[in-house]
Amino acid sequence: MLVDSYRFLPRSFVPLYEHASPLEEEKDPVWASFGPRLADASIALVSSAGMSLEGEQQPFDLDGERRNPMWGDPTHRVLPHALGDRRLVVSHLHVNPSDILADRNVALPVDVLDELVADRRVASAAPSHVSVMGYQEAGLEVWRTQTAPAIVELLRSQETNGVVLAPV
Amino acid sequence: MLARWIEAAGIPTVVVTMMPATAAQLLAPRIVGVEFPFGHPFGMPHDRRMQRLVLETALTVLAGAQDFGTRIDLDLEWPQPRGEAYKAWQPAEPSPIVAQLLAGRTGRTEPVET
Repeated sequence: MLVDSYRFLPRSFVPLYEHASPLEEEKDPVWASFGPRLADASIALVSSAGMSLEGEQQPFDLDGERRNPMWGDPTHRVLPHALGDRRLVVSHLHVNPSDILADRNVALPVDVLDELVADRRVASAAPSHVSVMGYQEAGLEVWRTQTAPAIVELLRSQETNGVVLAPV
Repeated sequence: MLARWIEAAGIPTVVVTMMPATAAQLLAPRIVGVEFPFGHPFGMPHDRRMQRLVLETALTVLAGAQDFGTRIDLDLEWPQPRGEAYKAWQPAEPSPIVAQLLAGRTGRTEPVET
């Protein structure tokens, strides 16, 4: 494999990740076939950068994580594809958000997707994308029972053919 | 994890990640690995060529992978020296869990970024 997964990780953290294993109930393969050609497909994006629309949406709860370092806000935000000039808030205590704020495409490539639509590589961008706050474990049950079903319902309602998820 | 739940609901997914080994261990259905600093899954700000290459690769894997667990690593080098990029991706202040670990007040493990 070409990519060293730990190249930019502090060395002391490597043991915490190199033996990651799935939950007992998550050990079976899951697979959904991609049906259409890309040129006929609608694509949605999911970013774990903790993005919300400035002045329009409640930012992710960072104070809760400051109070309880084992907790991450398990909610999600629905972001319109047509962001225009609207500004994003990035609520994430584990990365420096400055590059994402300088260019949203670093984590949520809506403008790149527009290019691919213009070039007819894909048919369309989904009307809405999703952001979550990727630091999860204590909130995983809420993620599984509430957040994920809500995201699936949104993706189905807008007839999304495929999803590109990008943890930060 | 989220990718698996969306996939299980019948919607195909691909994960673009700086930690493809971890995504593979957690059994993500389709994976594109990038050797980029954290916080930059699609590349450098304002580098549209790089961002497009990552997204197009992800879409190719999304549409074309035949097997569960397909992993494609992108042969792209981060255009900054490692030490500089290593410092730049990190937040100005350690995250609460890192601060707690550094202070030695907990023996609990770091939650996995999902």
